[in-house]
Formats: sequence, structure tokens, C-alpha cells
Amino acid sequence: MQYKLTTPVTREDLAPLKAGDTVLLSGTVYTARDAAHKRMMELLDAGKELPFPVEGSALYYVGPTPERPGEVIGSAGPTTSGRMDAYSPRLLDLGQAIMIGKGARNQEVKDAVVRNGAVYLAALGGAGALMAACVKKLEVICWEDLGCEAVRRLEVENMPLTVILDAHGGDLYESGPAAYLGRERK
Amino acid sequence: MRTIPAAEITASVARLCVRANTVLPPDVAAALEACRAAEPWPLAGETLALLQDNLAQARKRDLPICQDTGMSCVFVELGQEVHVEGDFEEAIHQGVRQGYGQGYLRKSMVADPLRRVNTGDNTPASITVRIVPGDQCTVTVVPKGFGSENMSRLAMLKPADGVEGVKHFVVETVRLAGPNPCPPMVLGVGIGGSFDKVAALAKHALLRPLNQPNPDPYYAALEAELLEEINTLGIGPQGFGGKTTCLGLAIETAPTHVAGLPVAVNVSCHVTRRATEVL
Repeated sequence: MQYKLTTPVTREDLAPLKAGDTVLLSGTVYTARDAAHKRMMELLDAGKELPFPVEGSALYYVGPTPERPGEVIGSAGPTTSGRMDAYSPRLLDLGQAIMIGKGARNQEVKDAVVRNGAVYLAALGGAGALMAACVKKLEVICWEDLGCEAVRRLEVENMPLTVILDAHGGDLYESGPAAYLGRERK
Repeated sequence: MRTIPAAEITASVARLCVRANTVLPPDVAAALEACRAAEPWPLAGETLALLQDNLAQARKRDLPICQDTGMSCVFVELGQEVHVEGDFEEAIHQGVRQGYGQGYLRKSMVADPLRRVNTGDNTPASITVRIVPGDQCTVTVVPKGFGSENMSRLAMLKPADGVEGVKHFVVETVRLAGPNPCPPMVLGVGIGGSFDKVAALAKHALLRPLNQPNPDPYYAALEAELLEEINTLGIGPQGFGGKTTCLGLAIETAPTHVAGLPVAVNVSCHVTRRATEVL
């Protein structure tokens, strides 16, 4: 199934999604990688606000290449999400609804996805030029000193994504290869 | 003796950084197409087609193929009759600085592994030099992404582990990597040498075009066997499931000690980049 979603999203929006479905995502998406996540944790530890409204939000694990003059963004594919595993459950518990990246997540993240009715979506790894075409606006909103790791607010249109972890415990990284191998055995 | 001004090396490295990041080597693009055509699982075939669309978009929009424009690994085969006028290593770093600036490539290097401040210009390059006969200077730039680099592994096996031990280690490395290194992967395998040498061999194996088997038929057969076995794991493109888990695998070997059997696997992705110029 293919779903069209616009951020911010609710638990109800995400409930029908199953691992292996595709999503065309539009609306606001915030970028954050390792260093930005670490700083967000420091803010929370200090009892301060996050730099963006977290409820129903989508975070994209990406460090784009610099945009050429006149262009919105450079190449912008996902980075490996597992490096954010230490931080994601806390953000999901605070209301973050969508994680976008690539690669496997640990059990704590899977549990937090189910607990919060969230989803983990994959963008095509190594397809940065393709992803760039979906980004219509870009603004660095904080931590410019982090360079490619600064937090950016993106406005995206029909960003093509695949559901990896759904709110019901589904995991495409297990079910996808198993389905292929099962077919081979038939 | 032939003199090559350092500025020429700088200009070459700068050009190569940009070219490597925007145009995939023909052998890698051909392997991607061959795998797409042979992929029996529809979702996997569609995913591979999207990766090909990405290559076309990168060309059309003059964008890097992947946003991780990598650590700049620069391999130089320097003819022993060449005299480089100026600072050779600094010329390479300067080339990276220029290429990554002018090419709008991402700067991904931190100056210190623990204190982690970005150097802002993707320097330093990781430089490997080999002195060879002749009066030419061959420069190859390999931008190496770290999503795949992080999945690489090394083991000091026992001689008794033999070829079966090596095969097991390589396949286990792919299994552990799973969806993380942006499959379909390309694998550089080093066997032999010492602890440090075997990792260098694995990295060097990534320089060999995918359509070029090891010249030793024994290792060419081992490459083919491993590739086939890896492509039965079912990980598939992006880890979504399918046949195409690995596009190509190259083995490089070196003599080793009676007591050792080092093996290293350098994992690379479907955007395995390299560009070469001969000066």
C-alpha cells in the first residue's frame, strides 16, 4: 500500500501503516544527525525546550551536501540510523512520530516505536540526488557551527519512503528478506 | 628525471574529487544494470531501478551521487623518475580542499577522533603512495563513505581455519552489516600480510574494477564463489529483501607469517566511487 502523509502527523495517521508499505511524505521535516541529537539531549537534561515542536514531528537523519547557488539543497540521502538509537526512544516518548533514515535499529527503538504508535521510515541510502528533488525549502534553524550536521527545517513534497518499523512491531528488515527467501524455497 | 609541479597534482586531485563524486565508474554502473536485469524479486528490481534513476539525476543536476562525499582516500603511484617540485602531500590536501569547495561537496572530516571538530574543508586526505618504475604519476581519488566503512571487519584467523574460515568470516561480515551499508554492497577482501597490511589490502581491493577478476585463478574462483553465496542471503537492495546483496567482490592477498591468517573485509556500497588520472 502507498500512503500520502503530511506532517505533523497523529498516532491515528500512522496506525494503518505496515512494514513494507510506501509513504509519500509532505510538509515540514527537521534534519538531525549524531551531533545535533547529542545537543538535544543536553537541552532536555537542562530542562530546556527542543529547537522545534516535537509533537507529531518527523526527523530526517541527513547531512546534505552544500547547495549550489540558486539551488534549495544539495545531495540529501539518509545516514545510518543506528547511531541515533541511544537518543531516539527519549524523543519518541516526547512525541516525535516519524524517524527517517536507513539501516537497522535496536530493540529499545523498536519498543519505543510500538509504545508511542510511531514509525521508522527508510529513505533510499546512497540516492541523495533523488531525494534532493523532493525538498522545496531549506532553513538552518540552529547549531550552524555543526556544518552539515546543523538542524535544518525542510519543506518536502512527496518524499518517497518505505516503512521499516511500524507501530505494530513489524520490521521490513526481517520480513523483507524472509519473504524473498521463502519464495525461493517454493 | 621528470619534474611535476605540485600545483599540477593539486589541480588533478581537485578534478578527481568532483568527478568521482558525480559520475559512477562504468564498471560499477554496469554491475548495477546487470544485477537489475537479473533480479527475480520485483520490489528489489524496482529499488535497483531507483538507484539508477539517482545516477541519472546526479548527472543531470550536477549533484553528488550520495551526500556522504566521503573521506578522501588518495592513492598515488609515483614513478621513481619523477621529481615533484613543491610539497607533495600538501599538494594533495590542497587538491581536496579545492575540489570539495568548488564542487559543493560535503565536508565530513573531524580533526580529532574524540574531540570531533570539523576541519571545514574535508582535509586531511588519507594518502597512500607507492613508488613504481617510470616517470609517470598516477593519481586515484576514492571518496569513501562511512555508512559502509563502519561495517568493515578484521580478524586474525588461525592457519587451521583455512579457506573455510575466510569464507565464513566474509559472509558473517555481510550478514552483520545487513541493511546498514546501503546494499547492494561492494566488498574489498584482504587475506594475508600483517594486522595493518591486511586492512590496506582490503581497501586496495576496492580499487579494482568489478569486471576484473583476480589474476590468480584460485582467487578468481574464490571471488566468484563468495559473491554467489552472499547473493543467497536474501538481504537485497537496501535490505528490503532480494537477490542482489553484493555487486562485486575483489580479493587481494599478501604473503604472511607461518602462525597467521589475517583477513579483512572493507565494506563499500552501491556508490563505490573512484576516479583516476595519469600525470
